[in-house]
Amino acid sequence: MKKMLVLLLSCALVLGCAGCGGSDDDNAGNGTSDASTESDASVDESDSSSEDDTEAEDVKSEGVMTYDEYAAADVDSEVVVETYVQAKQSWWEDKATFYTQDKDGAYFIYDMPCSEEDYEKLTPGTKIKVTGYKAEWSGEFEIIDATFEIVDGNYIAEAEDVTSLLGKGELIDHQNKFVSFNGMTVEAAGKNDAGEDVAFLYSWDGSGQDGDDLYFNVSIDGETYTFTVESYLCDNTTDVYKAVTELQIGDTVDMEGFLYWYEGVNPHITSLTVK
Amino acid sequence: MSKMRKKVLSVFFLLALTAGNVLGLAGCHGSKGLNTFEMPEEFDSSREYEITFWAKNDTNKTQTAIYEQAIADFQQAYPNIKVNLRLYTDYGKIYNDVITNISTNTTPNVCITYPDHIATYLTGKNLVVPLDELFADAEYGLGGSEVRFDAPTVEEIIPQFLEECRFDGHYYALPYMRSSEACYINKTFVEELGYTLPEKLTWDFVWEVSESALAQDDQENFLVNGQKVMIPFIYKSTDNMMIQMLKQREAGYSTKEGDILLFNDTTKELLYTIAEHGESGAFSTFKISSYPANFLNAGQCIFAIDSTAGATWMGTHAPLSDMSEDKIVEFETAVMPIPQFDTENPQMISQGPSVCIFNKSDPQEVLVSWLFVQYLLSNDVQIAYSETEGYVPVTSKAQESKAYQDYLSRYGEDNTMYYDVKIQAAQLLLENTDHTFITPVFNGSASLRNASGQLVENTVKSVRRGETIDDAYMDKLFEEITSLYRLDQPGGASVLDGSEKEELGELPLTSVILLSSLACVWALMIVYFAVSMIVRRKRNAQ
Repeated sequence: MKKMLVLLLSCALVLGCAGCGGSDDDNAGNGTSDASTESDASVDESDSSSEDDTEAEDVKSEGVMTYDEYAAADVDSEVVVETYVQAKQSWWEDKATFYTQDKDGAYFIYDMPCSEEDYEKLTPGTKIKVTGYKAEWSGEFEIIDATFEIVDGNYIAEAEDVTSLLGKGELIDHQNKFVSFNGMTVEAAGKNDAGEDVAFLYSWDGSGQDGDDLYFNVSIDGETYTFTVESYLCDNTTDVYKAVTELQIGDTVDMEGFLYWYEGVNPHITSLTVK
Repeated sequence: MSKMRKKVLSVFFLLALTAGNVLGLAGCHGSKGLNTFEMPEEFDSSREYEITFWAKNDTNKTQTAIYEQAIADFQQAYPNIKVNLRLYTDYGKIYNDVITNISTNTTPNVCITYPDHIATYLTGKNLVVPLDELFADAEYGLGGSEVRFDAPTVEEIIPQFLEECRFDGHYYALPYMRSSEACYINKTFVEELGYTLPEKLTWDFVWEVSESALAQDDQENFLVNGQKVMIPFIYKSTDNMMIQMLKQREAGYSTKEGDILLFNDTTKELLYTIAEHGESGAFSTFKISSYPANFLNAGQCIFAIDSTAGATWMGTHAPLSDMSEDKIVEFETAVMPIPQFDTENPQMISQGPSVCIFNKSDPQEVLVSWLFVQYLLSNDVQIAYSETEGYVPVTSKAQESKAYQDYLSRYGEDNTMYYDVKIQAAQLLLENTDHTFITPVFNGSASLRNASGQLVENTVKSVRRGETIDDAYMDKLFEEITSLYRLDQPGGASVLDGSEKEELGELPLTSVILLSSLACVWALMIVYFAVSMIVRRKRNAQ
């Protein structure tokens, strides 16, 4: 009996240690100051053409808008769409922001109430029915104050090459889509403390630090555009973040990302290759 | 800049909710809190020290450089001290990270903060160092004999600003910079609409001009700017909007003790007015539309209310702007105090960063932190930082210095250092310091502040969506906001000391197994003990 008790006490001790130490998941948010923000560069690069699982036609349920109907809807009107998660920007205290897209267009869903458990379920490709209000913020059209339900279906969009549309009015028709830009040249983003040109900035004016958004300029056909690595979407552990910090002025680059808008086109880049 | 919105919006909930989670974590790790800080006899300069400073900048490269320079200069005076800088761009994120790091005793040594946030920190045991004793120390106190730089004395800190850092009879922070709000006005448009700016701005004037700016031609272009977009009045911080309106109307907001008075008839009346102008399109907010500066500079807004610390973004020639130049239009910018209900008794909020010191087990480390905090109040730092935006220095020593007076006098000399809008914004606060106020600070005051803004945001969004704004709407709104920010619970959700009765959800599986195992073991031990006793008695009986 004594041996049995010793055994049980030992088990309890082991379990106690496990309970106190917890798994990595248990510790999330405890020890580090960054833990409360979940950066999630969950762009499924390995499955960029996985339309096999997609229904032959992207049939909308009753009462659900087509993309054209959504695009035509007034700001502040209620919208109901069925769309597919393409990437998750962030989850914070039961609200999450998503880049989503169907076969006809894209929908940026901002700060949607979402439990952490549901957030884990919303992997790239997952189809969701979203009911919310259309809003515009600095030129970015988005769905806010939304609710969602997961429905059957899966679709991951291929990156659409919109390089030739840069500087043209029709580019905005592709807002929020997963897109690519090819053969662009890295230009100076600003100057460092020594007055030398630099290829990227931490934060829009260089006031930030490692871990903040990265801003860099790329040009084509004589026009220069500002692109961003959104740190909530792709934090400083991702390949794209590292790649941008290693850019050199004059590099020729191919990029993929989401066609975000802020006072004009401001793509959120998720991958970058120096040619 | 687009990023800022995401952070700002997210932290509103964190302010109310995150703090409560620390209770569970601290309980699990058995944190007993630190001992009360005791002032060392003297500074031990034979040791090496490393402290962390969490600072906030306004996404402004110059401010970052000033922090770095301040640290370099301080380290030159104290070669055995190293200060590690961590930069943030909003107060809420700092607050969240402080809360997150309490359970692991990894709070920063020195931290830029808001008094509302300190009120929550103070619910933790000896977490924040009271500064009274440090202030008064003859050697290392403010302007003390052993301080190796020219620090201000306590008398040289603007009394009103210093008082904002006093809670429960103790000073828990020092003011670092002060700002207020200003109304940045497209004066050109006001005059084209047939109005003249009054000497003192009133709400009635702003509403009237805003409504008049909505006239359109048959192509739906606004007559005043010839564009498709015009939001005549945009407010950046709607919590400040509601707080200041209530103060000006002498209506309830909260008591010093933390009783919530926000949900009153004056609040309803104000919301009805706001709804009226939100419905017409004359009024919107930062959260709903975007930065007031962007609309103002594009000729799409006439009255933009934002912090005086946002002055460098305002106006045709604003030195800071992330808009393309082709969108910016030419106009004359006027900078005025926020609109008033009673121009004879103007009221405007006092805001801006303060700095607090977190307690550590090593009193010498706390003393080092204190020396660094004093350095932040030295003229070099105060004047340089205040010149980056429409801030004012918090010491009379800096305000009255030749260097600062020279800076003020050169207003409009260029569009960078001497940008007229920026210096006018600073002057506005210098001239109206006596008309500024702060809201009571108590545990939960941060939640109440957020709630006051949310009332405005929800009302404007609802009316834009065609909802009916009536008494039933108001009753429901009040109920929802009370619940959302937990204003019906003492201290909201912001309690760090274990007194909170927050619902923490189901226990994790590992905890359930652990507790069950312990219960089983105890039960078996009791059974074993009882059986042993019985057997022993039987043996003894034989």
